[in-house]
Amino acid sequence: MKYLSHGLLAVSALALTTAFAEAKTFVYCSEASPEGFDPSPYTAGTTFDASGHPIYNRLTEFKKGTTEIEPGLAESWEVSEDGTEYTFKLRQGVKFHSNDRFTPTRDFNADDVVFSFQRQGDPNHPWHQYIPGITYEYYTSMDMPNLVKSVEKIDDYTVKFTLNRPEAPFLANIAMPFASIVSKEYADTLEAAGAKEGLNNAPIGTGPFRFVAYQKDAVIRYQKNADYWGEAPKIDDLIFAITPDPSVRLQKLKAGECHLMPYPSPADLESIRADDSLKLDEQPGLNVGYLAYNTTVAPFDNPKVRKALNMAINKEAIIDAVFQGAAEPAKNPIPPTMWSYNEAVEDDPYDPEAAKAMLEEEGVTDLSMNIWAMPVQRPYMPNARRTAELMQEDLSKVGVNAEIVSYEWGEYLQKSMEAGRDGAVILGWTGDNGDPDNFLSVLLSCDAAKEGGANRAFWCNEEFSDLLQQAKVTSEQAERTKLYEQAQVIFKEQAPWLTIAHSTQYVPMRAEVTGFVMSPLGDFTFENVDLAE
Amino acid sequence: MVRFLLSKLLYLIPTFLGITIVAFGFVRILPGDPVLLMAGERGVSPERHAELSAQLGFDKPLVMQYLDFLGRLLQGDLGNSLVTKRPVLDEFLALFPATLELGLCAIIIATLIGVPVGVLAAIKRGSWFDQVSMTSALVGFSMPIFWWGLLLIIFFSGYLGWTPVSGRISLMYYFPEGTGFMLIDSLMSGQDGAFASAVSHLILPSIVLATIPLAVIARQTRSAMLEVMGEDYVRTARAKGMPSRRVIGVHALRNAMIPVVTTIGLQIGVLIAGAILTETIFSWPGIGKWMIDSISRRDYPVVQSGLLLIAGLVMLVNLLVDLTYGLINPRIRAT
Amino acid sequence: MSDTVQLSSSAIRRQMLAEFWFYFRQNRGAVAGLVVFILLVLTAVFAPLLAPHDPTTQYRDAFLLPPVWQEGGRAEFLLGTDAVGRDMLSRLIFGAQYSLFIGIVVVAIALVGGVIIGLIAGFFGGWVDSVIMRVMDVILAFPSLLLALVLVAVLGPGLTNAMIAIAIVYQPHFARLTRAAVMGEMRREYVTAARVAGAGNLRLMFKTILPNCLGPLIVQATLSFSSAVLDSAALGFLGMGAQPPAPEWGTMLAEAREFILRAWWVVTLPGLAILISVLAINMMGDGLRDALDPKLKRS
Repeated sequence: MKYLSHGLLAVSALALTTAFAEAKTFVYCSEASPEGFDPSPYTAGTTFDASGHPIYNRLTEFKKGTTEIEPGLAESWEVSEDGTEYTFKLRQGVKFHSNDRFTPTRDFNADDVVFSFQRQGDPNHPWHQYIPGITYEYYTSMDMPNLVKSVEKIDDYTVKFTLNRPEAPFLANIAMPFASIVSKEYADTLEAAGAKEGLNNAPIGTGPFRFVAYQKDAVIRYQKNADYWGEAPKIDDLIFAITPDPSVRLQKLKAGECHLMPYPSPADLESIRADDSLKLDEQPGLNVGYLAYNTTVAPFDNPKVRKALNMAINKEAIIDAVFQGAAEPAKNPIPPTMWSYNEAVEDDPYDPEAAKAMLEEEGVTDLSMNIWAMPVQRPYMPNARRTAELMQEDLSKVGVNAEIVSYEWGEYLQKSMEAGRDGAVILGWTGDNGDPDNFLSVLLSCDAAKEGGANRAFWCNEEFSDLLQQAKVTSEQAERTKLYEQAQVIFKEQAPWLTIAHSTQYVPMRAEVTGFVMSPLGDFTFENVDLAE
Repeated sequence: MVRFLLSKLLYLIPTFLGITIVAFGFVRILPGDPVLLMAGERGVSPERHAELSAQLGFDKPLVMQYLDFLGRLLQGDLGNSLVTKRPVLDEFLALFPATLELGLCAIIIATLIGVPVGVLAAIKRGSWFDQVSMTSALVGFSMPIFWWGLLLIIFFSGYLGWTPVSGRISLMYYFPEGTGFMLIDSLMSGQDGAFASAVSHLILPSIVLATIPLAVIARQTRSAMLEVMGEDYVRTARAKGMPSRRVIGVHALRNAMIPVVTTIGLQIGVLIAGAILTETIFSWPGIGKWMIDSISRRDYPVVQSGLLLIAGLVMLVNLLVDLTYGLINPRIRAT
Repeated sequence: MSDTVQLSSSAIRRQMLAEFWFYFRQNRGAVAGLVVFILLVLTAVFAPLLAPHDPTTQYRDAFLLPPVWQEGGRAEFLLGTDAVGRDMLSRLIFGAQYSLFIGIVVVAIALVGGVIIGLIAGFFGGWVDSVIMRVMDVILAFPSLLLALVLVAVLGPGLTNAMIAIAIVYQPHFARLTRAAVMGEMRREYVTAARVAGAGNLRLMFKTILPNCLGPLIVQATLSFSSAVLDSAALGFLGMGAQPPAPEWGTMLAEAREFILRAWWVVTLPGLAILISVLAINMMGDGLRDALDPKLKRS
């Protein structure tokens, strides 16, 4: 038995080295299966990492490692005076991939762009429901149906978008994966063959990697696109090994079975740092974890009570025990890497004595409250249960009796938005595009305090909301920064949340990996990576 | 025999209808709304919510939804996953070979070890071998296998580094999917080391999954053997001076195998329950993990059709066991 | 007259018990199991006295301390601490309460439910029997853990719901056993005699027939007890059973999974506790079966 196992090991080690020598293969231990390979109908980051980024391109792209926009399939663009007409000049000579069922006869052109947007925006388009039950959630949630009036082909390499109103973030919107450009010629071929679902199962794009095969819940294989219009990838084969368990991912990384992994368990960071064969990239995440009080229910409608509770809770202990130190305490609702972050705001100190005195002063004794702990792990909150337990302990020291409640995730999201909710809710947010509005308006405006919104403190402060509204219609960034800084001061005074932490993003990889750039938006892209000998 | 078969099948129809009601009913009273889950932290406006619910058919009365479900079921349509939007049957068929391969390996290991151990323990009743093997069997039977799997990973993959941590084959091997059974596909691919790699990936999960069936089979074999060896005809054969090896081999073993075969067949339910845990621990891409994921994502069509397929499978195997039993032992048919 | 009958029946009972104990005692494993089980019960009952710490108190200066004999361990935490600084030993001791409680409640619900259903089916027969048994078949067609998982998902995760789900999944076994025994007993003469004597249905079912099929039910109950401990731990492990900070062993394992390579004690100890208790109960069950099953007694 012992002999046999050694034999097996030797054989597989040999296979590994020879295979690596022949072609450069890069293995990414991804955290979940993609929902599908058409990036438009889906919303999960995992799906975009597996489809939108490697296989496709968009008219505009985010510059690597930033949230700035750069040309993609559009070489240049012009915006009309009133900001409602965008005319894109398309890149020429861009080739689509081929597979065993399809070989492109023409280059990428305006027809593909029009097709890619119309199938999402027009409910009567023959490809709108090419799979029963399909919806375009990202397109809808970025308000594109109300924003885009028309998409027209001017000539083969010119496309004009007409909007219903001026919208500065439009160029950033179409850099997002849902706006990926698919091949119309491929769609026609599939339609003729009666195999429309091929658009989702066997994707054809213009991106740096060509899709080869997918084994559900196990592995996705890609090959370098030799005809890529941009800088060609340095690796020949890209493999996603789907490995949901973070400790298993790490073991595979250590064993050399993969080169890079997302979302390590905070508990393992120490051992990763100690391992010479690995390295660890880190970057402050674009996120916040918070505890939202219900500001419409007594005694939590009193800002002083909320502030007292904030002072009773020891954030450092939460960061130690839950984030294993992989986070920084949050004082503002937006993360420090975001422009307009107000450094001057001072956090409430951890001071149980003072907190107790403040509560007594406000006449609050024998307070009982619920703490809602979300049932799922998120980058901004690795273990809400444990966080709630720590808070429970802290609160008991100031004489507040806290009960922990939890629901199934969908129910949690729904019940936590019900008016008159009993208790404070642990939740968080990860930004989509790096704009402060994407945090503050979505989570704290009066508009978001309504049904279907995401303001779980039900906090509606006119002054605060007015500042946000003003900032939205102002184009000057310096001007906007001032408005947002002011808003953060009001937020801190009123304390609708206990701001818990901004978690740090870590990407462990093998020491020989070069060229990987962390994305502030949390994407994983591999066209620039290489393996040093 | 035909009558026996027909009566068995007839008997299954109401049970199967019951299963469809349970699968449909349970899933529809699951709390949590898939539309809300899709929206996540962002939330969804009431109008959009209604629109999406209508599109997914969740706005109709439950009875209508059930009849729809049954109607489509009769046409072989099990619905589409809400998450991947792909047909549930396709997903099941893509994942089932992985579970089947794991399950078959486990049951083979369990039988190949369990039966001889049980026979030997019965023959040497009261010996140290009997005591050690039966105590081990009881330990195996009492094993929390999710913990057992973790221990094996810590030891064999973490400490010794002998076996891979998860997956079905090293990623360095790539060949088109043929049968879906990694062992067979890797052999047919003709690539050096592919088969060995597949075996090394399969071994720990199979051991974990085999643990409880192995214990059950060993114990069952032992007690069946003891019972048969106590019967008159065996004693007679022995008294007549037949060599004891022959007595055991020909008479005792053959008769003792009847309950053992039943036991092995009935382990299918245990195996599927075990597969849920084993696949979770080893990230094995099979139907157990698929069901767990789908339950937590509230992927209604997958959960209900998955339940249906699994229950159907268990019923089918039980039917086969019944038939084999009927074949071996004609007396059963009469009753 | 009635006094003497009373006397003799209690004497018979005493003799039966003595005989049972005689056979049970012969199985050394069973006796060992019984001893461990009694220790387990004592641990659970006296947990507040035995445990050195409160099982939910978090010592902020003691995250993930190893057991005392390892480097870095502290004498006050004999078996180390978990990720939020709770004493492992105390949590393990209090965990015994959960496991025993789960076992008792599940068996009680499944036994009472199953026996009533089985009695009704066996006693009335005909279509009542058919309907009830088809429903039991439906439940048995699903792998128990899978059905329990879906049930818990329906009811919401938590200890109470996990127990209810497991009990529902187990009760068909009791129902089937009871039904089979009742059908066998119904043909016996004493039942006919009791009926002729004018005994009512209820009296017949509970006073006359039930005591005669207790043996297999007791064996099934011990088996279910150990399975219930295992299955509830499995549900806890999958995040659907008892919820933290409850020191339930399966839940502790689930919480400890991320430390598998870093802190062996948080992973191995709860599992060991589960294994030992389940093993003890199973050993006891084996002894019970041998002592109660007359067929095996002879061989």
